[in-house]
Amino acid sequence: MPQTLAEKIIARAAARASVRPGEIVTCRVDLAMMHDSGGPRRIKPILEKLGAKVWDPDKVVIISDHYVPAIDAESAAILDLTRKWAAANGIARFYDMQGICHVVLPERGHLRPGMFAVGGDSHSPTGGAFGCFMFGVGATEMAGIVVTGETWLKVPETIRIDWSGKLSAGVCAKDVMLALCAKLGMDGGDYQVVQFVGDMIAALPMAERMTMCNMAAELGAQTGIIAADDMTAAHIARLGGEAIDPREWQGDDDARYRETHRFDAAALAPQVAPPPSPANAEPVEAHKGERIDMAYIGACTGAKLVDLKMAAKVLKGRRVADGARLMVAPASRRETATAAADGTLATLLDAGAIMLPSGCGACAGYGTGVLAEDEVCISTTARNFKGRMGARSAQIFLASPYTVAAAAVAGEIRDPREFMH
Amino acid sequence: MQNAGRAWVFGDNIDTDQLAPGIYMKRPIEEIARHCLEAADPHFAGSVGQGDIVVGGRNFGMGSSREQAPQALRHLGVSAVLAPSFGGIFYRNALNLGLLALVCPEAGKITAGDRIALEPENGKVHNLTRNEIYACEPIPMHLTELVRAGGLVPYLERRRAS
Repeated sequence: MPQTLAEKIIARAAARASVRPGEIVTCRVDLAMMHDSGGPRRIKPILEKLGAKVWDPDKVVIISDHYVPAIDAESAAILDLTRKWAAANGIARFYDMQGICHVVLPERGHLRPGMFAVGGDSHSPTGGAFGCFMFGVGATEMAGIVVTGETWLKVPETIRIDWSGKLSAGVCAKDVMLALCAKLGMDGGDYQVVQFVGDMIAALPMAERMTMCNMAAELGAQTGIIAADDMTAAHIARLGGEAIDPREWQGDDDARYRETHRFDAAALAPQVAPPPSPANAEPVEAHKGERIDMAYIGACTGAKLVDLKMAAKVLKGRRVADGARLMVAPASRRETATAAADGTLATLLDAGAIMLPSGCGACAGYGTGVLAEDEVCISTTARNFKGRMGARSAQIFLASPYTVAAAAVAGEIRDPREFMH
Repeated sequence: MQNAGRAWVFGDNIDTDQLAPGIYMKRPIEEIARHCLEAADPHFAGSVGQGDIVVGGRNFGMGSSREQAPQALRHLGVSAVLAPSFGGIFYRNALNLGLLALVCPEAGKITAGDRIALEPENGKVHNLTRNEIYACEPIPMHLTELVRAGGLVPYLERRRAS
């Protein structure tokens, strides 16, 4: 029976020859990732109550990113508990304060095409960029997985999203995803799989593919996925992972897809999503002149090296406007080191950027850099819900690193292409 | 039929940041619950009663995987959430934590304050105030035992004991 890529991965994890959408299956989990907020802090008491142990410590990855670095006694205690639990349970793959889990996980070579993986965070679909089926779960469900090594799934249908053509200069994956949120809505993914295909996707670097799959969460999909290709193989090899054959995990051409949405990349303008929903996205023109207090470059969605470089392109030789502040929280320590070595950080700093630690930071209102009442922020993050980044009345506009950098320079929302020549 | 509860009605796309605001996430559930849905209705957390029912619009609980979202509702005494559709992770979290989440396409007919009684096994929602009955999707077969046990942890406790 012809199968989509997601169906093939699920069938393999369920020890079945094939699966059909709508079936309930139990899958063995290849990898379970958790962070400091939903991880040990929440699952420790459940495991103790059950008198159970971790099913396979080698399949668990813990990455502290939500409360790093500690800003008060409570966050310090959460991190302390995380470290002690990881040590006590023999979790060798524990990355403490190394960056945001969705970026650190592939950076350390843990993702390979065909894996069935879960993450204790809603942006876990990011792993789909590596040809994995990876989805987010809550802490109690994670505790169940950590005890049993398995979870259930209603086999999702696959929705194909086909982007052809070339993105114009100053337009990137973040704009693509904001536009998709507006077109399909926050439940357009209907807890199915969205698979990104087309020559535009094939041309995207891995970090941009991660942004695509990351925001499958904002489409309400169970996950996003991009089939592995030579770029995936080269990327994994560069990170020191075992060689992969990208042809091994591909969907069948004649598989059944729920629908295919087609888009023209060349027609896409930079996008801005006014609060309180990513689905409010419109071309930047519609919000030109909106004054901002803070420009934030951060999060798994928008602070990878590729994102910092986009911002640097706009900021080079310019200064952050008086009355505005630009805060940058690179997605990982390694990305920070690379950005320091290749001059990207110097460009950001020369422009007046204030560097924050690598972590989830202000994105979810957990860390440093949060907003005051009525402040206006433009951000590279994925969500602009009420109260998301601090005070409830703060206004969050979502945009690409190019557009956020342009707003930092102008003190108001502007088309980044004005600053790119 | 379960005991009737008062309906609290919310709109489409209620997100997890409204259910469990990020700035309180490191605090105990008691405190998170005090701020549950305050952005949508500042009186909700202080006035909702034991056995009350939250009625949402489309895509209720979209966003984060934080299970403090359904946990806060449960802590406040809410016995069930009815909505035409749910955020996928919220739905799983709710059932795992023993909060009934029922897909009810006609949830929009319920008005704030209506007395609602549920028959989840039979897929029925009784609006006692309006004398109407709405269909809801039954709890998926493979989860009925989990729901009956009161969530994933008591379910696993039973499974491990037997």
